[in-house]
Amino acid sequence: MAKRNMSPQKVEMPTQDPLVRARNFKEVAHGYTEEMAREEALRCLQCKHKPCMNGCPVNVKIPEFIQLIVEGDYIAANQKILETNVLPAVCGRVCPQESQCEQLCVRGIKHEPVAIGRLERFVADYFREHSEPKPHGYEKNGIKVAVIGSGPAGLSCAGDLARLGYDVTIFESLPEGGGVLVYGIPEFRLPNDIVKHEIEQLKLDGVKLETNVIVGRSITIDELFDEYGFEAVFVGSGAGLPVFLGIPGENSVGVYSANEYLTRSNLMRAYDDRYDTPIRKSKCVAVVGGGNVAMDSARTALRLGAEKVYIVYRRSFDEMPARVEEVHHAQEEGVIFNNLTNPVAVLHDERGEVTGMKCIRMELGEPDASGRRRPIPIEGSEFDLEVDTIVIAVGTNPNPLIKSTTEGLDVTSWGGIITDEFGATSREGIFAGGDAVTGAATVISAAGAGKVAAEAIDKYLKNKHA
Amino acid sequence: MYKITNKQQLNSNVVRMSVEAPLVANKGKAGQFIIFRVDEFGERIPLTIAGTDKEKGTVDIIFQIVGKGTRLLAEKEEGEEILDFVGPLGKPSKLEGYKKACVIGGGVGTAIAYPSAVALHELGTEVDVIVGFRNKDIVILEEEFKSASDNLYVMTDDGSYGEHGFVTKKLEDLLEAGVDYDLVIAIGPVPMMKAVVALTKPKNIKTLVSLNPIMVDGTGMCGGCRVLINGESKFACVDGPEFDGFEVDFDDLTRRNRSYFEEEQERDHACRMQLAAQKLSEKN
Repeated sequence: MAKRNMSPQKVEMPTQDPLVRARNFKEVAHGYTEEMAREEALRCLQCKHKPCMNGCPVNVKIPEFIQLIVEGDYIAANQKILETNVLPAVCGRVCPQESQCEQLCVRGIKHEPVAIGRLERFVADYFREHSEPKPHGYEKNGIKVAVIGSGPAGLSCAGDLARLGYDVTIFESLPEGGGVLVYGIPEFRLPNDIVKHEIEQLKLDGVKLETNVIVGRSITIDELFDEYGFEAVFVGSGAGLPVFLGIPGENSVGVYSANEYLTRSNLMRAYDDRYDTPIRKSKCVAVVGGGNVAMDSARTALRLGAEKVYIVYRRSFDEMPARVEEVHHAQEEGVIFNNLTNPVAVLHDERGEVTGMKCIRMELGEPDASGRRRPIPIEGSEFDLEVDTIVIAVGTNPNPLIKSTTEGLDVTSWGGIITDEFGATSREGIFAGGDAVTGAATVISAAGAGKVAAEAIDKYLKNKHA
Repeated sequence: MYKITNKQQLNSNVVRMSVEAPLVANKGKAGQFIIFRVDEFGERIPLTIAGTDKEKGTVDIIFQIVGKGTRLLAEKEEGEEILDFVGPLGKPSKLEGYKKACVIGGGVGTAIAYPSAVALHELGTEVDVIVGFRNKDIVILEEEFKSASDNLYVMTDDGSYGEHGFVTKKLEDLLEAGVDYDLVIAIGPVPMMKAVVALTKPKNIKTLVSLNPIMVDGTGMCGGCRVLINGESKFACVDGPEFDGFEVDFDDLTRRNRSYFEEEQERDHACRMQLAAQKLSEKN
């Protein structure tokens, strides 16, 4: 048996040089080679009590798949992950492992934890590169279930339902499947082809994808039940409605929501000359916010050619909700962090074009309801930041289209669909999960919610047909 | 893919098409719009629904060739297909309960106003229509409007057809003559809508305008289409596209609509250069 690797550090994952990658849209990290993966896998202690699994929203059998890497059976390792997670190539790239599985890793108590995310990515990529997708041949039961939205919640729900034999149709409002994985997360962090590959696998397993259909406009949930014969519906429509700051000048030309900025670049490929999608040619960009979406926007701005890109965030690095790796990458690439800073007004010229942003310095007070220290403005500390483009990345709310067209579907005061712990809503046969329920959260928690709901839908339909 | 089942050139620059899209045809109402994309490389462009045929499952659109996206669409022929056609988007117009309405359309805005005139006419409202064009050559939908209205007034900027002057001149005359409208719908260039509101607001005649700001998804996701309504930001795609004309900040809308003007100019210029070069090389 190979010897355990007691190195205190993770095996480094090769990346593109920061200054080169900051000007292209190719993936930042190259991923492990087989040797690197096996070396890292040998850092896992194979703890009997498997603490890492408790940190995973979908309970991936982490020590087991890592052991399969040690044994060199990468295909089996991938199958092991697939038992509980239909999106390993995605999650290996975008999960906040440092606050989930890796946070609970025993190796992490004294040193760096095992690089679980990088290993997950490795096996999923190995599988994709070394095997042809083929149908799993699940036995069909002919019962129709509709899934609304093809983001992480919808895909994972659809995947599990297909495995259980249901006849699943996903309805997607945009022309491509993947939801936030394709319109939101940029190519350099999660290539669209990887998402496409995951969707192709679902299609091979009989899942139908209807694009360009807006549930709530083109068709209603009641029609899905009454006219199209669906017996259950899962709502995974995400949190799509951008929140703005409500400061003076915010409607100036050159102020984007992160949703618009990223959609133009990612989904509509404004960065690629062959596409007609216009996007602003900026010199100096300020991105407001401290989450992953803010980092994605800032790094996109660099790649679109901006000379200076600022993050404007009202708290400090410690409270920043973005993945640590994304913050590091952004810093390496030259994004300038203006922490403890809050925008007060957008400055513009007489044509309404953005010329700058008036900001105020902040200090941290007592912790607030979110447990993070509350930022308080420092009087008299206003200053102007000279920018020509502003991207607002301070969060999103659930889209009202489904709520407003589905009678009896209860939502919270901020528009989130109310469900029980299994995803059941106030309407019989309608289940929901992901950002549509929780408000903006992570890919893996959405995928987890889709999974839980798939189980609940299965129970509900088995009861109904019993 | 969505098939073009009918195509008609209304004037040298305006085209009418029927597109097969059964779900949209089934639900689409006056005031709503669709978003199309010709091919993978194209822009997503919103267009108002000009009419629907539920039996055939087709949706009519009328559009002016203003940029690359609309030009590519206009180049498509009957029987050909386009990649995306999604809708219906936005809220339908609320047209019930009016006695006498004046529907005003300017330029290609007349096409957007047309379904509202039809809907009002069918509801039994007395409908006057004022349509305005630069000159005789670009007058569109005259026969259609005739059968959807009680009085039709065609205006041209140069007097080459109908009456000489802007649509607002006619409206002013009618109001001064004491015609009593309880609804005005104004759809056209932003300055036209602004000028109509300047006439109707002092008389407190309810005025609806349809806005067409820049947008990406049409479902409330991008926020690019935000317009100032009564000092508050609204999304034209989900809260509109029709708004109370008294509450719209037209100057804000004009500014925001210029967002990509320079980039588009550059691209169109490049396009024309390319075409010219192509023609030259074909000749040689």
